[in-house]
Amino acid sequence: MSEYVLETKDLGISFGGLKAVQDVNLSIKRRQLYGLVGPNGAGKTTIFNMLTGVYQPTTGTFYLEGEELKGLNQEKINHKGIARTFQNIRLFNNMSVIRNVMVGLHNQPEFKCGIVSSIFRLPSYYKTEKAMREKAKSILRIVGLEDERNNLACNLPYGKQRKLEIARALATNPKLLLLDEPAAGMNPQETADLVEIVKSIRDQFDLTVLLIEHDMKFVAGLCDEITVLNFGTVLAQGKTNDCLNDPEVVKAYLGG
Amino acid sequence: MKKNIQWKNFLNYFVVVILGIIFTVLTMSGGLSTSFRYLLEQITIAAIAAVSLSLVVGFLGELSLGHAGFMCAGAYIGGKVAYLLAENTGLGNSLITMIIALVVGAIVAAVLGLVIGLPALRLKGDYLAIVTLAFGEIVKFIFMNSDKKTFGGALGLDTPRFNSKYLFIVGFVLILITLAVVQNLMRSKHGRAITAIRDNEIAARATGINVTKYKLIVFMISSMFAGMAGVLYSYANYTIQSSKFDYNYSIEILVMVVLGGMGSINGSMIAATIITVLNVELATILTGNLAVLQRLVYSLILILLVIYNNAPAFKNFREKNNFRALAGRLRPHNPSRIDNDEGQWARIPTKIKMDEILSTDFAKVDSFSPDKPDKPEGGH
Amino acid sequence: MEIITTIINGLSLGGIYAMIALGYTMVYGIAKMLNFAHGDIIMAGAYAIFVFFNMTGHPVIAIVCAIVICVIIGVSIEKLAYKPLRGASPLAVLITAIGMSYLLQSLAQIIFGSAPKMVIMGDLGVTTIGSLRIQNYTLITLVCAIIVMVALTLFVKFTNTGRAMTAVSEDKGAAQLMGINVNKIISITFAIGSSLAALAGLFYLLKAPSVIPTLGAMPGIKAFTAAVIGGIGSIPGAMVGGFLLGIIECIVNALPGISPYVDAIEFAILIIILLVRPTGILGKVRREKV
Repeated sequence: MSEYVLETKDLGISFGGLKAVQDVNLSIKRRQLYGLVGPNGAGKTTIFNMLTGVYQPTTGTFYLEGEELKGLNQEKINHKGIARTFQNIRLFNNMSVIRNVMVGLHNQPEFKCGIVSSIFRLPSYYKTEKAMREKAKSILRIVGLEDERNNLACNLPYGKQRKLEIARALATNPKLLLLDEPAAGMNPQETADLVEIVKSIRDQFDLTVLLIEHDMKFVAGLCDEITVLNFGTVLAQGKTNDCLNDPEVVKAYLGG
Repeated sequence: MKKNIQWKNFLNYFVVVILGIIFTVLTMSGGLSTSFRYLLEQITIAAIAAVSLSLVVGFLGELSLGHAGFMCAGAYIGGKVAYLLAENTGLGNSLITMIIALVVGAIVAAVLGLVIGLPALRLKGDYLAIVTLAFGEIVKFIFMNSDKKTFGGALGLDTPRFNSKYLFIVGFVLILITLAVVQNLMRSKHGRAITAIRDNEIAARATGINVTKYKLIVFMISSMFAGMAGVLYSYANYTIQSSKFDYNYSIEILVMVVLGGMGSINGSMIAATIITVLNVELATILTGNLAVLQRLVYSLILILLVIYNNAPAFKNFREKNNFRALAGRLRPHNPSRIDNDEGQWARIPTKIKMDEILSTDFAKVDSFSPDKPDKPEGGH
Repeated sequence: MEIITTIINGLSLGGIYAMIALGYTMVYGIAKMLNFAHGDIIMAGAYAIFVFFNMTGHPVIAIVCAIVICVIIGVSIEKLAYKPLRGASPLAVLITAIGMSYLLQSLAQIIFGSAPKMVIMGDLGVTTIGSLRIQNYTLITLVCAIIVMVALTLFVKFTNTGRAMTAVSEDKGAAQLMGINVNKIISITFAIGSSLAALAGLFYLLKAPSVIPTLGAMPGIKAFTAAVIGGIGSIPGAMVGGFLLGIIECIVNALPGISPYVDAIEFAILIIILLVRPTGILGKVRREKV
């Protein structure tokens, strides 16, 4: 098995000739909390979209635990073990909180129940439903949403919606979790909670996390290594503190 | 294991069964007129069609204007099978013939549903609506221009009228089957996946839901029951003409689903009943010169009802005076009461904003970004 | 020679489709709704011509009156049925539009009965060029259609109202903030669409001089198909789609074996085009941002 959970090789994409992202090389170790930072429009979300199969990279490729995933569609990539959250929250708004998580559990092998057994209500149906509910509850407990489980997802406050997205992504049992601005719109207290939650899920699920964030305090508190992007290219890469003190990075952020 | 049965969830089966029994007893005692039984048959046909369409429109969230096409195929194929069996085999015009016809009609319609599900993978909203409409019209025209010997051409196909007073019972049984399949499907993990696709397709994909598979399955099941409704239709009438199954008929079924409340199975059935009664009764009351008034009344009711139910100006009035609010006023309020665990399969999520189905509001795109990223280099 | 006649006939029929399709596409672009009742405005226009032609015996007066009546009907439908639903769901508007279509048809049936009404406007003759024989009404239809389309394109591009229409179709809210009276623009759009439908009614009468309450249903659906083939919301798209559909229809009609299936074939072509280009030939590709 490869030393790295996620490896990208010269990953790049262009739209109509415009290079949105080029030559991104990431190497993320198991159980690492890795940050992807950069100004608006630097191509961070585009990288996420490539890693989850929304876009197909124009150049380069990427590997999950040594297996090349380039060219697979979104569902397949999720089955292989990459789950994500979205910058602009995408929940199943008309479904209750617990159902959102149960959709995430849909493909787990232990909750197998065919359409025919569902329609005929065979015993496996009742067993699966019960087990899924219990599992979903336990995931919601971790992110602190167990009491909200019967509310509609669209009625949750913003910060809780973000947590629910994380819970749903966790339910797909990923090896690598991609978080797109998880702390956006959260107050300082919620942000502090989130740091703890991310750390605890990393430990409980033996996860690797790649996250995009603007809040430098959040990144510094969570990530040991980061990659700084600007205009689609890598500006700096390495230990968080070194990167954030890099004069190029400061210039890119402050426009100096 | 305790199955934790909630009787509330079986209420609609009970209502259907009890109504079926009442009408059967009335028929046996001779208390039901032929025209009333005909009305019952029409209601069951409409109810099956509406419930099956609500699977596509209400739960999958795709607009289909070609539901009558599946019924047309079911009616013609099932009717022909029934005719051939009744003429050429020892089965005659029996219940077994009917069951075979129903199965064949359902299978043919399901295959057609699979075919129409394919464009649904690529198209959304208005575009899918017009494609399904076109599909329904194609089916209609094919049967209309078919060979006179096989399907009767423009004059229509003669079918064996199931010569029994009890055809409506078959309709009631089919309603029960439709209800069971649709509700059980929607209350399972597969139903959750389907509603997830409706709520947010991108997120559903990212969560690993096989969108292709579920869209095709929903279209197949929906058209299968539409096909059964078609076979029932061919049994309830002596001849079937494909011109009956035009887009107006599809729209009528859609209206039942929409008026019944999107994604509400019981609502669809109630609306199907009301609209069918309205249509049949108006046709009986308004005879002669008044017959033209039928469509006028129907269209006025439709317009006023939709405007009342949807106009933003009436929002406050509606919310103060709807059934739920009235029922709520009768019930003692107890803030400490905690509702059941909704994570159970008890309730199908039915809340859906209609505009999410026919969404014409796309995110604005920057002028330079095309729909696809550039082709990978090196041809890999 | 026959093929040229067929193509000219196709262009002429396509011109009619394009004019109706323009009504669909403009209303869609600006009000973001499918005006299902649009086809029945054609029928209303045809009946209006019937009434005024029999009254005055003068075709031009009849046409002008028909246009006025269609505009009144179109705009009042918008004010009475669609305006209260602005901001409500598109599906509700769609169903109201369907109801309106039924309403117009049944009103026509009540007023005029279901028997066909004949409108004989005189034979326009035949033009012969060499061995080519073309019905004059086809040429008139084609020329009128082209004039109308050029005028409409110029109107949308170069007048203030036209530019305001473009702005409203791009972004209603922003247009309103820029001081554009959105309600007025929507009414103008319906008025233009309805007058085009009245003209289409005239051309249908030139082709076949009888009118029944369901005259507009099939041309309406066909023109809607044309609008979608061209890319709904796009004015040049409606023209392209209309002409394409007209030519296909006339070619298929000229082929003996498959001519009964002409409608089925047209719809099949629609499905195929949409499968290849999901937003029609000239429709803008809009992608949801992830």
